[in-house]
Amino acid sequence: MSVTLEPNTQQIKEQKIYQQMGLSDAEFQMVEDILGRTPNYTETGLFSVMWSEHCSYKNSKPVLSKFPTKGDHVLQGPGEGAGIVDIGDGQAAVFKMESHNHPSAIEPYQGAATGVGGIIRDVFSMGARPIALLNSLRFGELETPRVKYLFEEVVAGIAGYGNCIGIPTVGGEVQFDASYDGNPLVNAMCVGLIDHKDIQKGVAKGTGNPVMYVGAKTGRDGIHGATFASEELTDASDEKRPAVQVGDPFMEKLLLEACLELVKSDALIGIQDMGAAGLTSSSAEMASKAGSGIEMDLDHVPQRETGMTAYEMMLSESQERMLIVVKQGREPEIVELFEKYGLDAVTVGRVTDDSTLRLKHKGEIVAEVPVDALAEDAPVYHQKSSVPEYYREFQSLPNEEPEVEDHQATLVSLLKQPTIASKEWVYNQYDHQVRTSTVVSPGSDAAVIRVRGTNKGLAMTTDCNSRYIYLDPETGGKIAVAEAARNVVVSGGRPLAITDCLNFGNPEKPEIFWQLEKAADGMSAACLQLNAPVIGGNVSLYNETNGTAIYPTPTIGLVGLVEDLKHVTTQDAKKQGDFVYLVGGSMTEFGGSELQKMVEGRIFGKAPSIDLDVEAQRQSAILTAIQQGLVQSAHDVAEGGVAVALAEKTFGNGLGVDVSLAGSKTTALFSETQSRFLLTVSPEQAQAFEDTVKDARKIGEVTGDRMIVKGEDGAVWIDESVETLRSAWKGAIPCLLKSEA
Amino acid sequence: MKFAVIVFPGSNCDLDMYHAIKDELGEEAEYVWHDTHDLSGYDGILLPGGFSYGDYLRAGAIARFSGVMDEVRKAAEEGKPVLGICNGFQILTEAGLLPGMLMRNKDLKFTCRTVSLKVENAHTLFTNEYKEGEEIRIPVAHGEGNYYCDDATYQHLKDNNQIVFTYAEDFNGSRNNIAGIINERGNVLGMMPHPERAVSDLIGGTDGLPLFRSIVKQWRESHVSHA
Repeated sequence: MSVTLEPNTQQIKEQKIYQQMGLSDAEFQMVEDILGRTPNYTETGLFSVMWSEHCSYKNSKPVLSKFPTKGDHVLQGPGEGAGIVDIGDGQAAVFKMESHNHPSAIEPYQGAATGVGGIIRDVFSMGARPIALLNSLRFGELETPRVKYLFEEVVAGIAGYGNCIGIPTVGGEVQFDASYDGNPLVNAMCVGLIDHKDIQKGVAKGTGNPVMYVGAKTGRDGIHGATFASEELTDASDEKRPAVQVGDPFMEKLLLEACLELVKSDALIGIQDMGAAGLTSSSAEMASKAGSGIEMDLDHVPQRETGMTAYEMMLSESQERMLIVVKQGREPEIVELFEKYGLDAVTVGRVTDDSTLRLKHKGEIVAEVPVDALAEDAPVYHQKSSVPEYYREFQSLPNEEPEVEDHQATLVSLLKQPTIASKEWVYNQYDHQVRTSTVVSPGSDAAVIRVRGTNKGLAMTTDCNSRYIYLDPETGGKIAVAEAARNVVVSGGRPLAITDCLNFGNPEKPEIFWQLEKAADGMSAACLQLNAPVIGGNVSLYNETNGTAIYPTPTIGLVGLVEDLKHVTTQDAKKQGDFVYLVGGSMTEFGGSELQKMVEGRIFGKAPSIDLDVEAQRQSAILTAIQQGLVQSAHDVAEGGVAVALAEKTFGNGLGVDVSLAGSKTTALFSETQSRFLLTVSPEQAQAFEDTVKDARKIGEVTGDRMIVKGEDGAVWIDESVETLRSAWKGAIPCLLKSEA
Repeated sequence: MKFAVIVFPGSNCDLDMYHAIKDELGEEAEYVWHDTHDLSGYDGILLPGGFSYGDYLRAGAIARFSGVMDEVRKAAEEGKPVLGICNGFQILTEAGLLPGMLMRNKDLKFTCRTVSLKVENAHTLFTNEYKEGEEIRIPVAHGEGNYYCDDATYQHLKDNNQIVFTYAEDFNGSRNNIAGIINERGNVLGMMPHPERAVSDLIGGTDGLPLFRSIVKQWRESHVSHA
């Protein structure tokens, strides 16, 4: 048993102990003003976690307010565990994405695993049945033993949690870039399904109603995790390993089933996950949202370690726990329900009417704080913004083609770039089929999950090209949303809404804050144009290692509705003789492209341009064509340009293509001009298709087993067997992992 | 025909098994919680995949002590069909209802993909709707599917035609590519691949359907002859 000697109020103030918890001098002064006295150690802890960026969004609020969050189909926008959109028939899709970057940098397996666990809880705390998981991962170049270790362990952690709990991991993306070397990104997304009538909220209503703690016991793991997540990583960050939580997917499976039984009971009033800042955020937020207060006796909190202090219990981020409020007198049936699953359900407090969070421990009041002060009144900072020098320089550069001698060899090299190469090594470790509803598995543009009992499906994807965003945050922000929408549209879905993880560097640096602001502007414009509002997400700032920031990475998670499973379309060419169409012309746009990075060893210049009107019009035409049954396969043109997209269309079924492209060779093959699509159409439907998608241009046919690309003059640019290309693409990541660094 | 889908804490393919039986086969199925002490009302027993009790020890090592396992053993002794898939197979070996054991895959990684299986014995109550030697495509999803048994056990399995499915290609290290085995009496089948994930064209083919059809067909025939 350990005894923790806590500093007294005088020491906290004089020795500025609050600074170690992440509060600034000015913030500590604000706390003193709110309370009318100096806070004790526990209270200082409560404020420091609730006012951390992770919980309060104090630096990002002014930016988040830019996002469009409303729409006729939005049932729940940002602010609850997860956002909710209507999908008809009294059903709704519930989803959210969240980052777990800092923990994963220190302890990759548990960091990633608990990221998955946390996002699943956010979804079932709304009352929804989680039906799919996705993720978005960023690592440094796959060259050093450290990066390989992080990559392998993060994937294993995601697999370990998702496979065990039995929710299929159906999609995601992995990219590699030196800027993520010391600060990998692990963003996990969960999608759930709910009947409108079962939607729950995290509210503590009804004075006198019991507050119950359900799920796993509280330990000392993850204390101050939210604060840790709101700091830059340094070489000393390894010392923060105790701030990383440990996951138990079996426990969460039990908690999930118990909670979904619970939401069917009329005894339940409110439910919230004990995620970041654990018992503190769940209690303060539930009370604040309901305009009530909560009084808890911490002696009743189930504990798995002895001698825990109030401070430790309130700040622990032990996993697989929920706080619920139920109707007075109904406690016994709740206890019984959780007992079936072998879980604790303990009354730890009551709802009060004095808007105060009052904590008792060992017969004494150890904290007494206004709930709104914790949940609502964190200071909001309007950080300074300034245009970085690099941006001015990049904007002044002309658009030029990188030097390419052998275009066929270049295509093979591009297919081997880890960002483009097959991610089979990753997704084969994820159970992507459990729940037997996965209609489109990982490897196509978006995953599609059927909605059992209906003819509908949900198409889902994650996306973000951070290189474009680094070069030009506003344009890049537009592209990120547009590309996510493209993925869903080519799969046969109509975009409904997005969730996002805003992964950026230190917002106190004006150049970083400028990236954040501009990216949000771009994203907002695209969300409005494509009718996909933001219904939730999170912000992860301070992604820096020893002072160097990651590329700005606002990851987009997008869910769309497939109105009829007949519309489901994949990227693979289906049949010899089908026509190949390219939608959109190629311009000399190589800033941030895969080719530029490969040839020049760095990225520079302007990001590809995007016209959102053109984007919206093409997406709408293609979706119409797909819904009319006129399209055999569809794929968007992304990293590596038309050549890579064409190759990707041949891999699934081993069919070849024979096409001719207009324009200069390097641009036609590898430019990353936006808003472009490759489709195959059967000859009988060609006319109807061309009438529907006006700017589609026929470039060739699906053939046997070679990929042949010619110029307009008939010159052969590429002529290679599909098998050769596929083995280069497929073998690249396993090969990199095996090679000695 | 009425099936019991046994649900252990941590089972997660129970839903898939249930829907395969109800929706695709049109037979009756009920979820049965692990503390049940009576399976007499069911004609067939299904042990689904998942991570019973978290499988933090050895897969299936704790589930075999579950209250329902005495009933499963009784059902097996009565000659009822008992099918264990994935975690269900692991539980059946841990419980001693099938010989051998499942170790971690040879590359120590969980693997989810569709593989080719060879039907080695089409004369069991689980496989009579397949042709002997037929190759079928069935998904696998496991981290501990590397079947092991000693030489004497292997010889015994071979001599008695107890090897029902083998993998067309080795991927997890299983002895002689064994994917599924049956008990001597022929009414308890354990297999790592998931036939319940291959019962509809929409989600990965229908090569798993004949397995369930075989069980029902056999049951119907014996039911009629007993009547």
